[in-house]
Amino acid sequence: MIKFLRLYFNRYFVVICFLSLCSKIANAQTNADALMIPQNVFCGELMYDHSSWQNYWEGTFKRNNGNIGTLTNNTYSVMGNYGITNKLDVLFGIPYVTTNASRGTLKGQSGFQDLSISLKWLAFQTEIGKGIFSLHAIAEGTIPLSNYEPNFLPVSIGLHSTTASLRGLVNYQTGRFFVAGAAQYVQRSDITIDQDAYYTTEEIYSNKVYMPNVTNFLFSTGFRSLQFNAEAIISQTTTHGGFDIRKNDMPFPSNEMNMTTAGLLFKYSFSKVAGLELTAGGNHVLDGRNVGQTTDFFGGVLYLFDFSKKDKK
Amino acid sequence: MKRHILYIVLPVALSAIVFLGSCNKTVIDRTSSYAALTPSNIDLNADTWKPVLITDPSVFTVAAPDAVTSPAYVADLNEIKAYQSSLTSDQKAIIQYWSAGAVLRWNEILRDLVAKHNLPPYQNADGTYPAPSSTNPFAYPQFPFSNPPYAARAYAYVSAAQYDALIAAYHFKKLYNRAAPYNLAGVQALIPKSALPSYPSEDAVVAGATVEIMKLLFPTEIAYIEQKAAEEIQYRIMAGANVRGELTAGESLGSQVADVFAARARADNAGKAIGTPAEWTQLQVNTAAKGEAYWISLESPSRPPMLPLFGKVIPFLFDTTTVKALRPGPPNLTNSDAFKKEVAEVLSYSQNPTREHQEQVEFWADGAGTYTPPGHWNAIAETEFVKQNYSEVRWARNYALLNMAEMDVAICCWDTKYYYFNQRPTQANPNIKTLTGIPNFPSYTSGHSNFSAAAATVLTYLLPDRGTKFTDLANQAAMSRLYGAIHYRSDVEVGLTTGAAVGQYAVKRAQSDGAGN
Repeated sequence: MIKFLRLYFNRYFVVICFLSLCSKIANAQTNADALMIPQNVFCGELMYDHSSWQNYWEGTFKRNNGNIGTLTNNTYSVMGNYGITNKLDVLFGIPYVTTNASRGTLKGQSGFQDLSISLKWLAFQTEIGKGIFSLHAIAEGTIPLSNYEPNFLPVSIGLHSTTASLRGLVNYQTGRFFVAGAAQYVQRSDITIDQDAYYTTEEIYSNKVYMPNVTNFLFSTGFRSLQFNAEAIISQTTTHGGFDIRKNDMPFPSNEMNMTTAGLLFKYSFSKVAGLELTAGGNHVLDGRNVGQTTDFFGGVLYLFDFSKKDKK
Repeated sequence: MKRHILYIVLPVALSAIVFLGSCNKTVIDRTSSYAALTPSNIDLNADTWKPVLITDPSVFTVAAPDAVTSPAYVADLNEIKAYQSSLTSDQKAIIQYWSAGAVLRWNEILRDLVAKHNLPPYQNADGTYPAPSSTNPFAYPQFPFSNPPYAARAYAYVSAAQYDALIAAYHFKKLYNRAAPYNLAGVQALIPKSALPSYPSEDAVVAGATVEIMKLLFPTEIAYIEQKAAEEIQYRIMAGANVRGELTAGESLGSQVADVFAARARADNAGKAIGTPAEWTQLQVNTAAKGEAYWISLESPSRPPMLPLFGKVIPFLFDTTTVKALRPGPPNLTNSDAFKKEVAEVLSYSQNPTREHQEQVEFWADGAGTYTPPGHWNAIAETEFVKQNYSEVRWARNYALLNMAEMDVAICCWDTKYYYFNQRPTQANPNIKTLTGIPNFPSYTSGHSNFSAAAATVLTYLLPDRGTKFTDLANQAAMSRLYGAIHYRSDVEVGLTTGAAVGQYAVKRAQSDGAGN
């Protein structure tokens, strides 16, 4: 039975922690794949992500900063995915983040960042030619788990916005190869900062900051088998509004943060230990605006718990 | 079947939340909703108040107004009537904005420009830093770099020039005693009426003085400032509060008074405050000669100290010998136990920050890209002044008192910083990480503490019914620098003392300037 399940599972829980550091725009790719977990099965995962950057973009001007050195972000996450039905999954993630600047005097920050909860729905599936085409809708909400300060970038652990997003995903798999594309729209709430006035392109006398909305487009392709997955992912994140970091200024949460990233993802399922899987991968920012040129590596351990009665022979 | 309904309802509901939900997206600027200025007292005797620099208003040229029966005046009235017959919503918004008060709005505009230009220059390829140049202001880095001392001086000149210009305006208002156009038939009053004679216009006097002094202080912003001034002039006409002739006369008078301030500003030593490499080295030599560890820039690449000769700028409220007299005794000696104890205390705040302390640090950070601590105190003053229903001239007088104190305390603080030229806590112990950017100048005494105590002293005198509100805020601002691990406790405590002493000079002036409290 477990082997059969893996047909479904070999990819539902991929990269979560692409918390691209400078941008702090969490990008949980678990929510961006075409794989569903069957009814009454729970998958738990522990994930570690290490990301860092030396160069960043002030607007379009790429530079480094002797007062930051290398900005490092470590994220430790607990995640879960449960099949409500065969066509509807619920997912969550709880990340704990620490930051550090290797040079300068700014003190690194740490704390629980934002809880994410998603619903993933297999809306449509059909055979086309020799493969299977599927259409998914994924709704996600995130909410800050602690009272961390967002306006202390680049060492803030996040942007402290409550978000709601909707993602559409199409996937086509033929044999062991697949291609997938996804589009996501993220609505972000205003945030509250510790200051009661701040400058964007003008002085604003409020402790509330308007956060422009974000889109993400993603394309992935690769290989899926019972035991092993490998795929390549290209993604484009765009902030629709906001402003550029001025020359030699500090970043601000409502900056126009954009980035193009390329990543790889691998996953391995043990045939001798039923339900145990390992995942690993990395991402690199190819081009950006008001973000760090982050490179991250992650690794995670997944375990499947089958609560479905029919499995108990 | 139930499941199918769930499948449809759920995504539809979620997409409605995502796409239609307003998602808490309304940032309201608290300065946008001020009511139109309605002075509880028009301060008709303000022509007898003690000005800052000018001595005799009658030396300025303000031609007699056009006779109300003249074709020129009738044409001016028709201009008002034409506007009022077809006001657009944009024009109504301009009236709503400016009616809160000329001094208030220009102070905000100045804060805006300070924040915009408060950015330390980016380094050259060889690790040196370019300096802004007032003779070539548009080249990078643009002139000015409106850091805290520069900003304190800018706020002081603008406020003091506005104040003197309004005193001069009152002289001519009473001389010509012209009633405002909204008292005439066919002209509506779109703002509260004032009994103050309207020639020359007090709004235009403030605009004229501000534009003229800002040409010196923010030369790259002239077009923006002139556009704002034109908008304000238009507001007075649209509101029925002034005819164009009153505005033209007011702008001219304001500009003439500002010239007196501009002449002072050109000769107040601020232009030389950046110093020379030889002078920077001499500061190290002086401190080393005393056997003390001298300040080293903690920036990378190492940045020259911020305006090391600002302590030689000529103050408004006292003379330069008083600057020396106000200079506190030395900080704890580098090798003393008291110093080691202070460093250990800073380290403990660095290593164990509470969220409450961090919030205090960030609230008062007022670092690069902000309107600076003096700007923060101008903003605090604004929220209080706006409740007082001051006349324009009292707004100007109170801001002038506040900002002359801020400039003079900047001079005293910078004199002290560069006289002792001592190290920051992180230089003494590199394990001290900071909760805000570490300022690029010596530690003793804390600028925030000086600025805040001086401001609190002035504001407490002006608004005694606020009790300890301003003193409490000043103490919070000062302590935020210790919590942020960028200052020793003695920097904070001694800075508060000096700040309060400087504030008292402004209070003394206020007690004898003829304006009452």
